[in-house]
Amino acid sequence: MTLLGLYHYWVFAVLLMIGFYAVIARLNLIKKLIGLFLFQSAVFLLYITMGKVDGGTAPIFQVGVENQIFSNPLPQVLILTAIVVGISTMALGLGIVVRIKEEYGSIEEHEIQEIDQQ
Amino acid sequence: MTGLSQHLPALQVVVPMLSAPVIMLLRARGLAWAAATAASLLAFAIAIVLTLGVLDGQDYNYYMGSWPAPYGIELGVDAFSALVLLVVTGASALALLACRRSLDADIEAERQPLFYAAWLLALAGLAGILVSADAFNIFVFMEISSLASYVLIAGGPDRRALPAVFKYLIMGTIGATFYLIGIGLIYLMTGTLNLADMELRIHEVADQKPILVAAGFITIGLALKAAVFPLHVWLPNAYTYAPNAVTVFLAACSTKVSLYLLLRFDFFVFQTNLVEHDVQFSYFLMPLAVLAILVASGVALFERNLKRMLAYSSVAQIGYILLGASLLSLAGLTAGVLHIFNHALAKGTLFLAVACLATRCAGLRLDNISGAAQRMPWTMGAFVVAGLSLIGIPGTAGFVSKWTLISAALDEGVIGGALVAVIVLGSLMALVYIWRVVEAAYFSEREIDATSLREAPPALLTVTWVAALANLYFGLVPSVPIRLSSAAAEILLRHVP
Repeated sequence: MTLLGLYHYWVFAVLLMIGFYAVIARLNLIKKLIGLFLFQSAVFLLYITMGKVDGGTAPIFQVGVENQIFSNPLPQVLILTAIVVGISTMALGLGIVVRIKEEYGSIEEHEIQEIDQQ
Repeated sequence: MTGLSQHLPALQVVVPMLSAPVIMLLRARGLAWAAATAASLLAFAIAIVLTLGVLDGQDYNYYMGSWPAPYGIELGVDAFSALVLLVVTGASALALLACRRSLDADIEAERQPLFYAAWLLALAGLAGILVSADAFNIFVFMEISSLASYVLIAGGPDRRALPAVFKYLIMGTIGATFYLIGIGLIYLMTGTLNLADMELRIHEVADQKPILVAAGFITIGLALKAAVFPLHVWLPNAYTYAPNAVTVFLAACSTKVSLYLLLRFDFFVFQTNLVEHDVQFSYFLMPLAVLAILVASGVALFERNLKRMLAYSSVAQIGYILLGASLLSLAGLTAGVLHIFNHALAKGTLFLAVACLATRCAGLRLDNISGAAQRMPWTMGAFVVAGLSLIGIPGTAGFVSKWTLISAALDEGVIGGALVAVIVLGSLMALVYIWRVVEAAYFSEREIDATSLREAPPALLTVTWVAALANLYFGLVPSVPIRLSSAAAEILLRHVP
């Protein structure tokens, strides 16, 4: 029960490792970046999960409604910032890949290494 | 504290950060450089004022938007952050002052305003990590400085910088994301992001698994960013193929700031609360530090590219800093923190001298600089002074920190004796690789006729010598850095004076 009840954390861990594996095992630079973005997205899910309160809604105070339960808005705000950071990293990474393609004519890591060793 | 001095911690970040977009718009020739240098010098001046204040015993706490501490974002400057702030802003100011000609050669004119804007963003990010007392804020500043430094490293004409920077981007992002997971788990358990508040509240949940996992993620993530052996693989190529001015700036400070954060987190937040964290920290990092000193120095011995040799030497020096910290004693931490300052001084000067050589020589392999000393006596003179400081010859700054490190290690009994042997062996290897450069520059004949070889541009040479003389000055009069670093060690170990 507890194992299944914590399934969002399992999603986080599995997604994190899939992303990490792609970063390590793939030689194609774009695939590496996709893995990296998956890796970061998993962390976004961790933050959003921890802010969720059972039965909680968006933290907007309404006059006349009593006993409202709110989800914690702070992790969501934090992760909004982290998403922006992630997108900037992705954009810069893709920019570098474009430059590598222009200079080396390849986006495969081992081919670039071969060209450099010549 | 009244008026402006109260806002100095915030201004330390705001000045370079707000200068960046303005500089991007300055299209006239040389104007962007002048504005960036002025902003950087101003940041250096703020760091000096803050350091003097800290030495006077002032506490700088600043609440953004006047929100009180655990709820709002707190900025704070103490002895530890003041020392590293001096290093960061000083390195940026000196590198910009020195390297205008060198950067003109490396960066096309129309891209220069963007380049200088990225430079100031990197400076703002590094300064932000140092003044911030909020864990998530630190993450954002870390990513600002990292993204900006990727741009700086890739900005040069050497295409090999691109794969190097891609590797740095991947590893840097993994490090930062590990850090993010760590503070997420801590927030999950304690509900706070303020470091001082976290330190108080973590005590109640210190035996829970998420906190242990968080400590692991944060330590590894920051070790990756700090290029701790064996997580240093991104560093040598990134330093080697970056424009020379960027190498001066980043070699002196980017890994130091991550080390600062690593020490602050592990000692300030975790050490007092987690059972046996100190033993684990020491057992984990001391072997890595020893390996870093021996292996990286060994690689540097056989490296023929000057910049890459110095980059491997940096990995070894990070080992000395961690070795001091992993002794867990007041003397050891003092030595480690002091070495952050002294190594930045020595390595900054060495890379400035390399920038001097790069303006005149065809390449930076040892063959390219053979016989250079006859034509460039001043450049090589500065290189030798800084090299002696790196080795740790008495009379230079490097000696002071090596000496405090050795005396701290001797307090540790048998294992200390072995560590002293490692430190001495590392210094001997430094002697050998610096000597190889000296031998090439002074004692080998130049094969190609080098009438074009002459002394480096005066601005670059002057700054290089200012930095070299600083190595001698802080070797002979080391009281200020020693006072700051022992105060920093006391803060980290909570021996409140």
